[in-house]
Parts: sequence; C-alpha cells; structure tokens
Amino acid sequence: MGIEKIIFYVFAALSVYGALMVITVRNPVKAALYLVFTFFASAGVWILLEAEFLAIVLVLVYVGAVMVLFLFVVMMLDINLAQLRAGFVRYLPVGVAVAVAFAVMLIMLVGGDWFGGFAPPPPSPAEVSNTRELGRLLYTVYVYPFEIAAVILLVAIVAAIALTLRRRSGVKYQTPGQQIAVRRQDRIRMIDMPSEERK
Amino acid sequence: MMDWFVELWQAVPLGVQTVVIILLQIIAIVLPLMLCVAYLTYAERKVIGAMQIRMGPNRVGFFGHRLWGLGQPIADAVKLMFKEIVIPAGANRGLFLLAPVLSIGPALAAWAVVPFDAHLVLADIDAGLLYVLAVTSIGVYGVIIAGWASNSKYALLGAMRSGAQIVSYEIAMGFALVGVLMAGGSLNLGSIVRAQEGGVLHWFWIPLLPLFVIYFVSAVAETNRAPFDVAEGESEIVAGFHVEYSGMAFAVFFLAEYANMILVSGLTAIMFLGGWLSPLQGLLPESAFGVPVIGALLGDGIHWFIIKTAFFLFLFLWFRATFPRYRYDQIMRLGWKIFIPITIVWLLVVGVMILAGLPPWFDGA
Amino acid sequence: MTAFARFLKSLFLLELFKGLSVTGRYFFARKFTLQYPEEKTPLSPRFRGLHALRRYPNGEERCIACKLCEAICPALAITIEAEEREDGTRRTTRYDIDLTKCIFCGFCEESCPVDSIVETHIFEYHGEERGDLYMTKDRLLAVGDKYEAQIAAARKQDAPYR
Repeated sequence: MGIEKIIFYVFAALSVYGALMVITVRNPVKAALYLVFTFFASAGVWILLEAEFLAIVLVLVYVGAVMVLFLFVVMMLDINLAQLRAGFVRYLPVGVAVAVAFAVMLIMLVGGDWFGGFAPPPPSPAEVSNTRELGRLLYTVYVYPFEIAAVILLVAIVAAIALTLRRRSGVKYQTPGQQIAVRRQDRIRMIDMPSEERK
Repeated sequence: MMDWFVELWQAVPLGVQTVVIILLQIIAIVLPLMLCVAYLTYAERKVIGAMQIRMGPNRVGFFGHRLWGLGQPIADAVKLMFKEIVIPAGANRGLFLLAPVLSIGPALAAWAVVPFDAHLVLADIDAGLLYVLAVTSIGVYGVIIAGWASNSKYALLGAMRSGAQIVSYEIAMGFALVGVLMAGGSLNLGSIVRAQEGGVLHWFWIPLLPLFVIYFVSAVAETNRAPFDVAEGESEIVAGFHVEYSGMAFAVFFLAEYANMILVSGLTAIMFLGGWLSPLQGLLPESAFGVPVIGALLGDGIHWFIIKTAFFLFLFLWFRATFPRYRYDQIMRLGWKIFIPITIVWLLVVGVMILAGLPPWFDGA
Repeated sequence: MTAFARFLKSLFLLELFKGLSVTGRYFFARKFTLQYPEEKTPLSPRFRGLHALRRYPNGEERCIACKLCEAICPALAITIEAEEREDGTRRTTRYDIDLTKCIFCGFCEESCPVDSIVETHIFEYHGEERGDLYMTKDRLLAVGDKYEAQIAAARKQDAPYR
C-alpha cells in the first residue's frame, strides 16, 4: 500500500499546486498551461483509481483538443491585464459565494465522517477491462441517457455553426474542385484562318 | 565474476530492481530509435537525391573510407551539439526551453505500447490505442509553446498553422482508428495484430482500404511533412515554429519530427498491415516455416514489422520528393470536408461487414 | 459522364499516382552528379576566372596603361596609375583589381588593345585575409607568368571566332 499512497499524494499535491497556479499566475498563457498540468496530475490520480479509460480520455479530449483551442484563443487575443483586474472587488462577493457553494457541495458529497462515508468498492479482478465494462454499461443500461447526451451535443455543434455562419457578399475565394475541372476546350478555341500578307 | 554480479543484483531491494529493469527496457527501445532517426535523415537525403537524379551525401565516412556518406548523420549530430543555443531577447526563457522537451517526450512515450513482436512490448496495456492517441495529441503543445515563447511573428504564425492542422487531422485519424478497433475488436495493439492472422489477404488494409489511406495521409499531415508542411513554409514564414531555435534545441525538434514519422509508420504497419505477421502465412505450406534459418525468416517476427515500417517511411520520403505543398485552406478543406465524411461513411460499412461476418476478416469472432 | 469520370479520377488519386510513378522512375535512373574535386566539367576557352597580366615573349609587359579597362569596368574594381618609364614608354606604376568588387564580366579583357589583362581558367583560388583578394600588379603578373601557356592556348583556340 505504501508506494501507492506516495504516488497518490505526489499527484494530488501536483494537481493542487497546478490549480492554485492557474488562478494566481498573471500571464494568461501560463495559466492555461498550468491548467493542462493540472489535468495531467488528475489523470495520474484517476489511473491510481484503476479508471485508466477515463484518465486517457481526459488527456485525449481536454489536454489534446480543448486546451489547445483555449491556448489558441489566449495567444491570439491581446489581453489587457489591468482591465481584467479592475473589477476584482466588484466581483468578489459573487466569487466567494460560488466558492462556498462548491465547498459545501464537496463536503456533502465526500461525507462528513473524515472521508469515511462509504466503504471503498472491492478491487476488480485484473482481467476485467475497464474500457470494455464502460462501453457495455453505456450501450446497455444507460443507452438512452447516453444517446440523449449525444444528440444534445450534436445540437450544440450545429447551433454553434449556425450562429457563426453568415453569408458575406463580395468575398472572393477559389473553389479547387472547379479549378481542377477546367479543361482545355473551355479556355481556348482553335481557329483556322489564312495567313495575311503584311502591308 | 558472473556470480558476483548475480549476488550484487540480488542484494538490491525489489522496488529498485523493477525500476532498473524498466529503465533498461526504455533504453533498449530509445537508443535504437534514436539511431533510426539519425539514419532516417540520411535516408531522406539519399532517397530524395536519387529522385532528383542526384547522389545525396556521399563524403563523410568512417576511418578514411567514404562508405557512401554513412557518417553524415553522426557529423551533423556532432555539429549541432557544439552549436550555441541562442535564446532570443524577449522570449519566455522557461517555456522556450520546455517546448522541445514537450515535443520529443510524447514522440518517445508512445513507443511504450507498440508491440514489436508477439512478446516484445514494454507495456501491454488494454487501452493501447487510446493511449497512443492521447500521447500523440500532447505533441502539439511543443509546437504551440515553441511558437509563442519565441516572441517572433513567424514562429507564432507557424505554430498557429501547425497546431490547427494537427488538431484537425487528429479527428480524421481518430475516426480511422475507430474503424480499426471495430475490426480488431480490441484497443490493445497486440490483439489488433493477432486479429489479422493468416497471410497478406487477412490483414485489415483490404476491408479498411479507405481508412488505411486516410490514416496514412492524416499521419503525414499530423507530422507536418510535405506536402502538408505549410507549418514550415520556407517561402512565407521561414521555418515556422522553430525558426528561433538553434543548436541542440533545434535538433530536438528535428528528432521529434522524425521519431513521430517512425511512430506513425509503425502504427500503420500494426493496424493495417499486420505488424509482425508474415505475409507468406497461408501462401506457403506449413512445413516451409519449419526449415531452420529460412523458416524463421519467412515466419512471423520483428523483421516483418521493421520491413513494413520502413516501407511507410519510404512513402513519406517519396511523397516529399513528389508533391508540391498544399495551400493552407485546401489542407483544411481536405481534412474537414473530405476525410471526416469518408471515414464516417466507411465506419458504417465496417459495421455492416462485421455484422455480416464477411470472410476472411470477420468470420472468426 | 465526364463529371463522373473526373470524380472517380480524383477519388482514386489517379493523378497523384502518376506523379509518384515519375519520381519512382527517376529513383532508379542514372545519376548525373559530378564528383567535384575528382571530376570537373570541361571549361570553355572563354571561361572567365582569376585575372592575369600577360607579357610578350621577350619578357616585356604588354600593358601600356591606356586605362580602357579601368574606364569600362562596371564594378569600378580596377585602379590604374601610370608614369613614363626611363626608356620613354608609358607604363603602369599601379594596376590593382579588387576581386571582391569584380563581377567577372570580362569587359576588361574585351577592351584591352594589347591582350594584356586576361581572365584565366583558375576559379579555385581563395583568400585567408581580406587583402588576399586585392590583386596588385606584381601578383597579376605572377599569375600571368605561371599560366602563360594555358592562357595563350585558350586565346589561340578562340581566335577563329573573333
């Protein structure tokens, strides 16, 4: 048990450190990178939990895709730090309220009895594949919620595109398909004419 | 003497023993890999030279012999090691130096789950395919951070191009992999290879041909190789995200690019061409594989994996020597509007094929 | 029909394969690389390399300090100073060519009425210091003395076309 505990505390400490840096560091790009770091550390904790599928998907989706786009936006924008910090006092009460609500929720969830609210689940036998079990449950017991979630996501994607799509007039662009489809006959006409004498 | 070593080894605590063994295994993979990378650069120059009716490097050899220029990569490495790493003024020093590490780390880490042979794999984990996808998707950070930390407009533009390209083609690549894991019925790379047992006609490249082509083309785009190398775009943005790098820091980016090439070539071989399986299986009589030396060469083994990987690496070089660079909007169009629809349609076809139990691929399970 | 054929053509990447086959063929073609220090391309007799000042067979230098070369030099690489010699002939006291300025156009050679300034077939010279590429009269004459046979042969070969 010894080595696992050590690994857990290392990863837990790293994720807490990363999360703290996200909100304290000044540079937005660095904050985004610390968030990536936090995701990594939590993925490590999840692997200790024998939830390797979730851990890998966390890295794949959040680190590999979502945060990359975040970084894109943050790098492209010229963020004015002074302006961002101006409203700090005004927003403080709301922030504190949200933080307190979160803390209460966490305490209720984890249990007041010093993290001993419920017994740990029995360790699964080694040959059970985490991924296979998840897939089986998702497509049998929870198939309707899963499909509904998928449809909601699809609607969100379509809506996002529909909201940002606008026809602009006077835009010049090339259509590669048409460019490739051009044939010789479309562009030149060979004509037969007698040669003329120069006057 | 031997006994002394055995005793010394047994005196070491068990935990340390495991760590040492794992470290030795990692070195056993990384060292040959680095050598392959070095000689891949040599092969690239030779192959492209040959296609342009030139000879390529042919001067630097060993011990006074030229040996067709085989010493060239070593000379290049030594040169790069002795060059200064210039850190531009206004660059973010920490991130600037972190970026090459972030770019080569994933390229090497992904090799942990690659099966070289039926038994030769560092970590035979269940979610191997997902692990590879996740780890390779981290590689983009090296590029983006390098572009941003350099404090240079060319580097930033190159990083943006390259990052957008990598993220876009990852989707097509992921969908192609979904087809593979449907066909193989597993996320474990070893099991995927075993599902293709039975000769060249049993490999997945036939039922998954569109996915195979799309996966490989996406792999070329993922690694930012020609004809998808707008991220480098010498004529417009100099060298892209690593324009400010010099010396060993630049060399590390270079290593990462070539290690990634070898990785995706190896993965293509594993997922579509049966990894270590011999193509002659089922074509030759069983007794042929029993012949002492020739039988072992004809039968399954790591040499087939290496040959297949080398074939795809050659394709990489061949493409570079042949195709002109895509325009950036065309790259995006190809990825989003052509590859993704085709993969999704073909996933449906694969599903039907599996349900129908189409022999010889899907009649087993 | 043509649209459909075109669609198939692009779907199956036919043109890309055609391109690949071209480079694939050249991969096995005979290579034309010249192994430079060992092999060299033949040089035309009109090749314009390092400059030289020639002498007549009796040892008298040809240059009469007419300064036509200095006048025509588009890169202003030639500097000439002239004076009367004891025997009353007009000779240069200074004849310098700055090779870092020279563009090797060959105008000096064309303009010379006595075939004194010429360009030789030497192209593998180098300088280790900045001054090394500043050819003085002595050095130019030395080059001419050393390669006179070669220079004369090249002139003779080219003479019918002039």
